[in-house]
Amino acid sequence: MVTDLMQSVEWSRAQFALTAIYHWLFVPLTLGLSVLCALMETQYYRTGDLFWKRTAQFWMRLFAVNFAIGVATGLILEFEFGTNWSNYSNFVGDIFGAPLAIEGIMAFFLESTFFAVMFFGWEKVSRGFHLSATWLTAIGANLSALWILVANSWMQYPVGCRFDIATVRNEMTSFWDVLLSPVAINKFSHTVTSSFLLAAVFVMGVSAWYLLKGRHRRMARSSIALASAFGFVFSLAAAFSGDRSGAIVARVQPMKLAAMEALYDGREAAPLTLFGILRPEEARTSDDDAFHFKVEIPKMLSLMSFRDAGAYVPGINDLVEGNEARGILPTALKMERGRHAIEQLARYHTARKTGDTAVMQEVERLFDRDTPEGEAFLRDCFAYFGYGYLESPRDAVPNVPLLFYAFRVMVGAGGFLLLLCAAVWWLNRRQRLDKQRWLLRVMILSIPLAYLASQAGWIVAEAGRQPWAIQDLLPVHVAGSYIGSTPVAVTFFLFLALFTALLAAEIGILCRQIKIGPKESNE
Amino acid sequence: MDMLTFLQHYWWFLISLLGALLVFLLFVQGGQGLLYIVGRTDAERDLIVNALGRKWELTFTTLVTFGGAFFASFPLFYSTSFGGAFYVWTAILLVFVIQAVSYEYRRKPANLFGRRTYEAFLVINGIAGPLLLGVAVGTFYTGAMFTVNRMNMVSIGGGTAISQWTTAWHGLEALGNPLNLLLGIAVFALSRLLALHFFLNNLADETLHERSRKLSGYYALLFLLCFLPFFGGLLAADGRACDPQSGAITIEPHKYLHNLLEMPAVSVLLLCSVAALLFAVWIGWRKGSRRAIWFSGAGTTGAVLALLLLAGWNDTCYYPSLADPQSSLSISNSSSSLLTLQTMSIVSLLIPFVAAYIWHAWRALTKPLTEREVEESEHKY
Repeated sequence: MVTDLMQSVEWSRAQFALTAIYHWLFVPLTLGLSVLCALMETQYYRTGDLFWKRTAQFWMRLFAVNFAIGVATGLILEFEFGTNWSNYSNFVGDIFGAPLAIEGIMAFFLESTFFAVMFFGWEKVSRGFHLSATWLTAIGANLSALWILVANSWMQYPVGCRFDIATVRNEMTSFWDVLLSPVAINKFSHTVTSSFLLAAVFVMGVSAWYLLKGRHRRMARSSIALASAFGFVFSLAAAFSGDRSGAIVARVQPMKLAAMEALYDGREAAPLTLFGILRPEEARTSDDDAFHFKVEIPKMLSLMSFRDAGAYVPGINDLVEGNEARGILPTALKMERGRHAIEQLARYHTARKTGDTAVMQEVERLFDRDTPEGEAFLRDCFAYFGYGYLESPRDAVPNVPLLFYAFRVMVGAGGFLLLLCAAVWWLNRRQRLDKQRWLLRVMILSIPLAYLASQAGWIVAEAGRQPWAIQDLLPVHVAGSYIGSTPVAVTFFLFLALFTALLAAEIGILCRQIKIGPKESNE
Repeated sequence: MDMLTFLQHYWWFLISLLGALLVFLLFVQGGQGLLYIVGRTDAERDLIVNALGRKWELTFTTLVTFGGAFFASFPLFYSTSFGGAFYVWTAILLVFVIQAVSYEYRRKPANLFGRRTYEAFLVINGIAGPLLLGVAVGTFYTGAMFTVNRMNMVSIGGGTAISQWTTAWHGLEALGNPLNLLLGIAVFALSRLLALHFFLNNLADETLHERSRKLSGYYALLFLLCFLPFFGGLLAADGRACDPQSGAITIEPHKYLHNLLEMPAVSVLLLCSVAALLFAVWIGWRKGSRRAIWFSGAGTTGAVLALLLLAGWNDTCYYPSLADPQSSLSISNSSSSLLTLQTMSIVSLLIPFVAAYIWHAWRALTKPLTEREVEESEHKY
């Protein structure tokens, strides 16, 4: 049964990754396009020019097609926390559930209510009310992102909580610490700004197609003008928040940073690997044999991570084997301490069953941060609670090649899109974009690139958190439901087939809607 | 009553209210299920889909918020039921996923599978959604096969799940319980009755109006034929009582009947709601009244709210365990911590504001829909 449960967790991981990847295909466009539509409608409201109304309505049509499937996949994600990750739901539900509930109350109703007004209210409500509805839909969508990202950030950096020994779960001690943690703020800003960039690239790419075809020129040029400026501003913001992310990860998830950089041996003045080809896993033991080749920027990793070109950045080997000189504990020792914490938990519940109040009180003091022994126990043992479930120190290392390459795809594509937005904005402003047919083709090809960058970003964030469901506290293999592997495998393939079919339908509809184009008569 | 106990009751009330509103909003599903019964031509079906299409998001959002709020306020239920009754909840999710895209994709060119496929998705969701939700809610009274053991968490090496299901059916066994089935069919029939009342209110088409009026009588009858035996069975059934001091759980004969007698406000709510529902059935069936939906909506919301309060208040276990009575879940042993409940309670103060803007937007958009209006609309389903 235990082996079957382990396989079930692997299927659950695959299913969750599948759902998240599909969900994330649709959400960034929803986040950014809703704002772009609102900006276009604002132009209509300000000028009264029907051209802007038709332009906004065209992009809203694409927005609606995309929105529907994003909603569908989002529903699955929320409930998979319960169906596939039931132990997780109990272990952290006291904290993790609150943002989801608040998301429902504050964001989903806003979004869904005004979505209906946005699409069916053109002739039924005043222009001002309609514009407000469009903005409120955009705000609702982005507010929804805030709450789910707060929840996700807490998984990466669990703060504002304490462990309750009786209920065997983490409980919230400060809502503000959860909401305003540096990881949450940065993750929200980076995710939303990069989503705005993706939507801008989508609008630019579709508009470029019209310019290449010589159709709807005014709409295409106006959309490009707005989207390229929007994309440029938010790509700068995404770059800034991405840089901040690196610095935060260095502090709170050093293993993730080391894996992203395939840095095996920690060092001062660590270089940033611009690009490289990794050797196979069994051949990688240190920095000397990790790469076939690599191109580095000296001292850059230290500078970006700790804002100090000479700072020490720990490597994978330091984090696994420990580095006494740098005060880094070996993972084996953390596992030992984690097991001690788990043993205390077992002692408490055994004593509870037998009514041994003396032992219960003794253990309760250990889990109470207001007692001297509690402060030491929580710092030295409970902080490594999740390590107690690991079988080997190497289990603490995430998938290095996946992170290394995904990170470079994200940054490389993001940098390219920033330059593209700037170039397109400048050329369009000077009325020279139509003549650059190669650039128009590049703009179209950049749409899948933006999606690739967006997905790569999520892979870095989520695969980099492995093996943890909750950083240091709960490994994924302890977070699953008590269910055999077959049902989860079946639902995995069911979701795979369904999502793929719906994605194919969505792409078909979007392409046809783009081909039909906006309703306009005077161009 | 201390603050934690008060908030546990408050959050059970909110969960019950959300659940009640969800059942009311299942008129969207009911209408989808009737797509080929009420609508006999493509134009009629277009009208029905477009009328429902202006509301489907609200049902969907209420379902998602119901799940999120349950997770946040009673996480042990979320982990136990969703992780255990895996097949039932997954089936519910699947039928809602296919609904979410169907409105938008149905009439769009190049939708890959054709209009009929998306209509079939809507019908499947319309039948299976209410039925399965009804069966799942039935287990709030009839119980489920699970255990809760916090010691599992210390089993290094496997089997760490605190909540474990004790049958391989993972929720499908609920379909074998007659009371669950009766409730499932009752919710299914109610969703159709509500949909027919919605059509009376929202469709400006005499033919559809007349069909809806006639059908409402049949579905009212089916609802009563299923709901009354369920309710009778519920009042006669044993329930699980949770001692508020010790947390010990005991089996109490006629627990739900006792709850009804010991909570007169809930009894009055139930009686008034049933009266409103019966009045709606009468004016809908006899007169084809446009106002029927408001009475049936209010009646449904009130009645479901009262039934869910019976399940969770008055020291009752709202999720009885058939495998180990002491594992049964009550609002006191499965809730979030005081701080979490307090925080969410502050956020819940927004609910009247949310209700107000939904009402305002609903009023702005709701007037009887015609075929012509559907065809002339910039955005149509």
